[in-house]
Amino acid sequence: MSIETTRLITGMNRGETNSILTDRRALLRGAGTFGLSAAAIAVLGGCESMAASKSATAADVDILNVALGLEHEAISAYQLGAQSGLLQDPVLQVAVAFQSHHKGHRDALVATIEKLGGKPVAEQSMSDYATALNAGSLKSQADVLHLAARLEKGAANAYLGVIPTFGDKGLAQVAGRLAADETMHWTALASALGEQLPAKALTFGA
Amino acid sequence: MRRLVLATCAVLLAPEAAIAADPARGAEIYNSRCIACHAPDANRVGPKHRGVVGRAAGSVPGFAYSKALKGAGLTWDEATLDRWLADPEAFLPGQRMNFRVADPADRADLIAYLQTLR
Repeated sequence: MSIETTRLITGMNRGETNSILTDRRALLRGAGTFGLSAAAIAVLGGCESMAASKSATAADVDILNVALGLEHEAISAYQLGAQSGLLQDPVLQVAVAFQSHHKGHRDALVATIEKLGGKPVAEQSMSDYATALNAGSLKSQADVLHLAARLEKGAANAYLGVIPTFGDKGLAQVAGRLAADETMHWTALASALGEQLPAKALTFGA
Repeated sequence: MRRLVLATCAVLLAPEAAIAADPARGAEIYNSRCIACHAPDANRVGPKHRGVVGRAAGSVPGFAYSKALKGAGLTWDEATLDRWLADPEAFLPGQRMNFRVADPADRADLIAYLQTLR
């Protein structure tokens, strides 16, 4: 994947990609302790009415917590990939960008769960994620990308699959937006792996 | 002619369970829709699935189940898995999965795949 392709995929300009690279060292030190990201604020901005809505239920909070569990795992998966030394630029830049998206999702979900009176599920240890994802089997950049693509596709389908279950339509819309991000990630990863795009329509969420 | 019509109707109206489930297609469904949360051999967002058919619900060591599943007192078999996958909340209110597999044929194939995870 070329740097220009990377910029096309991530929508980043040269300065932004340099900034991501500068931030890489901080990223590799582990998950940061920063406040609500722009993505979180954006998602929550669309959910303010939802947070006070009577239609949001305890079951909705449970679904959001499952989603938060997925996001914790996705962040860790990209962290494992970045730390593995198997990813080369510009693929590494894309992985870092995608990880930042998942951190945005995490922040938005945590804030929404708390607004709804729930307790956000905590992340597990990196070693737990490494075991669960069989990180020891990753031997090449392609292995990492295949793992990421599998998780992204599964996450897109998971978000699409729970949309009908939400009691609150605002939350269902948020799930749709999250699914769109995951689908975008999968598409980029499949492209990087040289995989064919689906020949048929409606392959996600079925 | 009448016999042919009756035979055709019998085939068209045959229960879906009579159609052989396809574990290979079930594996594809698993790797597309279940893989976000589950794996055969590791507890992730959801519990590991190897050995799920025939196992007591809520019994995988090391996985933090909902109260609904812990106290379900049921064993996973074709029938219970089908009801669970069709609508988890309707089957066990208070559970946390909430992901539905709406198509009965998809559920049958998925369960056929889960049966291979021994």
